[in-house]
Amino acid sequence: MFGTRMPHTSPSSPDVVHSESFLHSLMRRQLRLSVACAAAFLIALLGLPLLNYFAPALMATRVAGFTLTWLIAGVLFFPFVWIISYVFIKRSIALEEEEVKSAQR
Amino acid sequence: MTSLSVLAQLSTLNPQLSALGAGLPLAFLNGVDPWIFAFSFVTVVVTIGMGFWSARKAKTASDFFVAGRSVSVGWNASAISGEYLSAASFMGIAGMVMSSGYDALWYPVCYACGYLFLLLFIAGPLRRFGAYTIPDFAEGRYDSPVFRKIAVCFVLFIGFFYTMPQMKGAGVTLAYIFPGMPYWGGVVLVGAVITFNVALGGMKGITLVQAFQYWMKMFAISVPVFVLMSVYGFYNQQLGANAAAGEIPAAQVAQAAPNGVSGVTAANSPTGTSDSIMRQALPEKAPKDDHWIAPFGPLTTKAVNAAATVLPVEERAAYIAEHQKPYSLIYTYSLIIALVCGTAGLPHILVRFYTNPDGVAAKRTTMWVMILIGVFYVFPPIFGVIGRNLLPELYAATGAKGTDKVVLELPRIINERYGILGSILSGITCAGAFAAFMSTFSGLLVSMTGALAHDVYGRMLRPHARPGEKLLAFKFAAVLIGAVAIVLGCFVEYLEINFMVGQAFAIAAASYFPLLFMSVWWRGMTMKGAATGMLTGGLLALAAAALTNFSTLALDKGPMGKVFSGFAPLNTFWAHHPLLRILCEQPAIWAVPLAITLMIVVSKATAKDVPGDVRMKMLVLHAPEKLGLKQEYIDEQAAATGH
Repeated sequence: MFGTRMPHTSPSSPDVVHSESFLHSLMRRQLRLSVACAAAFLIALLGLPLLNYFAPALMATRVAGFTLTWLIAGVLFFPFVWIISYVFIKRSIALEEEEVKSAQR
Repeated sequence: MTSLSVLAQLSTLNPQLSALGAGLPLAFLNGVDPWIFAFSFVTVVVTIGMGFWSARKAKTASDFFVAGRSVSVGWNASAISGEYLSAASFMGIAGMVMSSGYDALWYPVCYACGYLFLLLFIAGPLRRFGAYTIPDFAEGRYDSPVFRKIAVCFVLFIGFFYTMPQMKGAGVTLAYIFPGMPYWGGVVLVGAVITFNVALGGMKGITLVQAFQYWMKMFAISVPVFVLMSVYGFYNQQLGANAAAGEIPAAQVAQAAPNGVSGVTAANSPTGTSDSIMRQALPEKAPKDDHWIAPFGPLTTKAVNAAATVLPVEERAAYIAEHQKPYSLIYTYSLIIALVCGTAGLPHILVRFYTNPDGVAAKRTTMWVMILIGVFYVFPPIFGVIGRNLLPELYAATGAKGTDKVVLELPRIINERYGILGSILSGITCAGAFAAFMSTFSGLLVSMTGALAHDVYGRMLRPHARPGEKLLAFKFAAVLIGAVAIVLGCFVEYLEINFMVGQAFAIAAASYFPLLFMSVWWRGMTMKGAATGMLTGGLLALAAAALTNFSTLALDKGPMGKVFSGFAPLNTFWAHHPLLRILCEQPAIWAVPLAITLMIVVSKATAKDVPGDVRMKMLVLHAPEKLGLKQEYIDEQAAATGH
């Protein structure tokens, strides 16, 4: 771990890691990934009450005894969130490795 | 086993003896089911035993605070889940699904999904920054010891709000196991035992115990559900027995069957469930099927319905038609915001991210936590659904005897078919309930005690205290906080467990969540901006939630109603302003945006106070740990203070 450490430098020195552009792109890429995943999640989470509101008959359709909306909220939502978090973790770890490479180039 | 048989004899003592024993301390042992008692007792003894065992291993103060930062992903994920699945998850969700139906499903959904927010925006950066607690982060990010003091307050505010429902869980469970015991007796007993355990064990013990307790809770909630479903019909069939608006009832209700066996059913129902599902007659107080199973039911429409009752009869229908659904949509969204954002701001959950060896492990841990708790959250609503069909007498009771105990009592109905199997299963769910409130309460106690001992004592009062003194302070603080939590717990018998936890989430959502989210992602934040937003949002949410609780307690017909009678006029006010009532009961929808707006506005106004090395701080928060910036930052800080 210490082998990959950057040499000690003051924040004002003009190397890659401490440059404004590195931090800017770092935060931008991380935030873009997080926001994309959050959007997928929020559309589903905030959309469900809207569907309940505007399409009550559809959401009350019986699916093997469950109402459709009960099936979604009580069962299906959990695996959906696992998928989002799996994708996020994969991408985010890959992103970090890329960043380390670009900083050490 | 001898103690068991003694208990069995005790429970069958004749009435004269029980009457005689009424004044004696042992009177509460009357009517105890030995199986239920045995399982609960073993859980408590094992938990405490593990605490003592690990107390011998934890020696230094850093062992007590974050377990030496050496916990593996699997252990840590189980431990976080074990700590997170509180009395609200284990008992409260089932109770609330039973009492309110569909709307209560938002709680399990958002309890599980809040973790996603934590993972997406906060978990990684916070771990990279590397501080022991949220107050550490607050101080480190803004170089401000004053801000640490402000941040510490919220560990205690949120913590106490969260301990109240745990204490109610303890009171309800003990009142179920010992039918003669008053509600407060259980609160005091369990509170004292856990406080003692935490004062001796610290967090190293908690990690092991919490991880074990997750698996215990999972077992305790799932096994009885599978047995119940195989005996009485599956989740979908049980739910299908509740007719939605316009449907023909799928199951016929047993007409006041006294022994509960004679419930009969319709064969081919319109819902496609052709098997027989037994149902008991619903009492007057139970919500009707079509309101219960559909969204915007009793939970979210309570305020509008109360408002309608003060109107002239002829205006009521029109008023309800106009206001009911829009207002309950607002309620639903406010609840969702509180729960999703609040998870990220819970003090006892965040501290655990520092026990991961690195940022990648912190992310993996969160993934596993979501799987572990997601699987768990499918089960509690099933108890509520089956409970509505088979144990509806709980609707008629209040407080410790109400729907919050459905998880404990429901398995016992199996006794009518398979002898003692029901008692054994009920013993298992009681053991799970113990695991639930004990683990969460001890986790909270560690966080709050850490804040008091590590921050208030170790940093503010006696910065140069010796390690021995710090350890003593930790134990003293644990006892102090445990005592306050017990007193608070005695007041809340008539509030639903799940509801109180939801309010704790709302306060966290309006204080810590904006602080963490904005501090991690926005460079322009100043300490003044952060403090203004967090204090205003958090305190207003706290006041609003407390006000609703006081007015609800004023409605109680027992002693609590007298204590809080000063707040009774508030209920008349709510009846005329239902929207205000909703916004007070679920404050997140205005408090979270308010906190964030204030943070931005005040930070812009005080832009010259942005910490000078903010770019370096942001690098530490966001750059991969492999670059070693954290170490470099520490070196610089040390060099700066050395000059």
